[in-house]
Amino acid sequence: MRTIAFDTVVETIARLCGEAACDLPADVLEKLEESARRETGALAADFFRQYLDNAAIARRERLPLCQDTGFAVYFIECGEAVRLDRGGWIDAVNAGTALGYERGYLRKSIVADPLFERKNTRDNTPAVVHFTPVPGDRVRIVLAPKGGGSENMSALKMLKPSDGRAGVVDFVVSSVTAAGGSPCPPTIVGVGIGGTMEKAVELAKRALLRRVGMPHPDERYAELEREILEKINASGVGPQGLGGAITALAVHIENFPCHLASLPVAVNLNCHAARHAEVIL
Amino acid sequence: MSQTIELTAPFDRATAERLRAGDLVRLSGVIWTGRDAAHKRLVARLDAGEALPVDLRDQVIYFVGPCPAPPGRPIGSAGPTTSGRMDAYSPRLIAECGLRGMIGKGDRSPAVVEAMRRYGAVYFAATGGAGALIAGSIVKCELVAFPELGPEAMYRLEVRDFPLVVAIDAAGNSLYVRR
Repeated sequence: MRTIAFDTVVETIARLCGEAACDLPADVLEKLEESARRETGALAADFFRQYLDNAAIARRERLPLCQDTGFAVYFIECGEAVRLDRGGWIDAVNAGTALGYERGYLRKSIVADPLFERKNTRDNTPAVVHFTPVPGDRVRIVLAPKGGGSENMSALKMLKPSDGRAGVVDFVVSSVTAAGGSPCPPTIVGVGIGGTMEKAVELAKRALLRRVGMPHPDERYAELEREILEKINASGVGPQGLGGAITALAVHIENFPCHLASLPVAVNLNCHAARHAEVIL
Repeated sequence: MSQTIELTAPFDRATAERLRAGDLVRLSGVIWTGRDAAHKRLVARLDAGEALPVDLRDQVIYFVGPCPAPPGRPIGSAGPTTSGRMDAYSPRLIAECGLRGMIGKGDRSPAVVEAMRRYGAVYFAATGGAGALIAGSIVKCELVAFPELGPEAMYRLEVRDFPLVVAIDAAGNSLYVRR
């Protein structure tokens, strides 16, 4: 067994929170730069300039890219030969999140009860943790802080198998265009196809972690990604929903086996400030 | 995109009615923050016949919940939130309080646009997801009301050259793609 100190996890998580909030990943930055060159409308092109300026300011001045520093969502792949010297993983992740959000002057956006008091927990906990045991003695932690504006535009539909490919295209395109300017387009569109209801939703979220614009390894799905992207961009919704050629930067599909009676499809959007940070312990 | 306008808040109805959808605006002066939790409290006070913490006549509300201010800065990252969540409340603030302008992101409901037309108010889009850039336009931030709401409290902001676009004007013209 390999032992990792609880405090090391806390400190690592806290550092990830600050990095994710302020440093736009290189792949997203490259995609924005490329899109800025393709966008033709004067107003839309001005938005792209602002996104790039914003990323530069955030990195240089250590200010969050967006004031909505999000729900802290973690994907942890934990080697089965790893143990903590004390306490549990969830406690360590929450302690690190609270420390990182306080130390980084990040906004605390979590309310304790969703329906009644809606009182802020004041430390941005609890985090959402997807924890997967894997062989080995390494731990991979990915943090993807998720803003409310884009998350609110998520959609799920349990299609009939007979709805097929065309049904998937219609549902994804209409969900993204109906969202208009609310999710801060241009967005990255995560699509989960298959599994059960909750599996499809998780796939859609995981799809957002892929390097922006990296196609699906199965050419049939890669072609579907291209077709959906083209149709979304043909809508003219544009940056901020104020018109333009680029409404989405990329469409990422993740698929999973599913029940013979089902065809679940989930859509999860990330705004152009598509934040994530990763570390291997 | 017809022109770039230097505008100072607060401003009157005639000024609001001169703005056209698509105008680029650099806004300076004093504005007030409020998100849905603060709006809910404002409207509850109207229902109870109580005074609001601020006289909103000719004022501008910015839909924002900023990050905490790091040392030496007036405010943290401070971009707009989705305006649709304020649609339930904005018409009353426009009709009953004389609210003149709103700043946010995303389209507004027909009821909000109708109130804007009737009472001469304007809706500006700020750039969503550019909170670090926008923070540079905010020179002062003071808590005004509802401190228990944390980032959703109401603040008084002094802004200089805040980059905006008129998304829906007082005649009801809109830049949003209608579906």
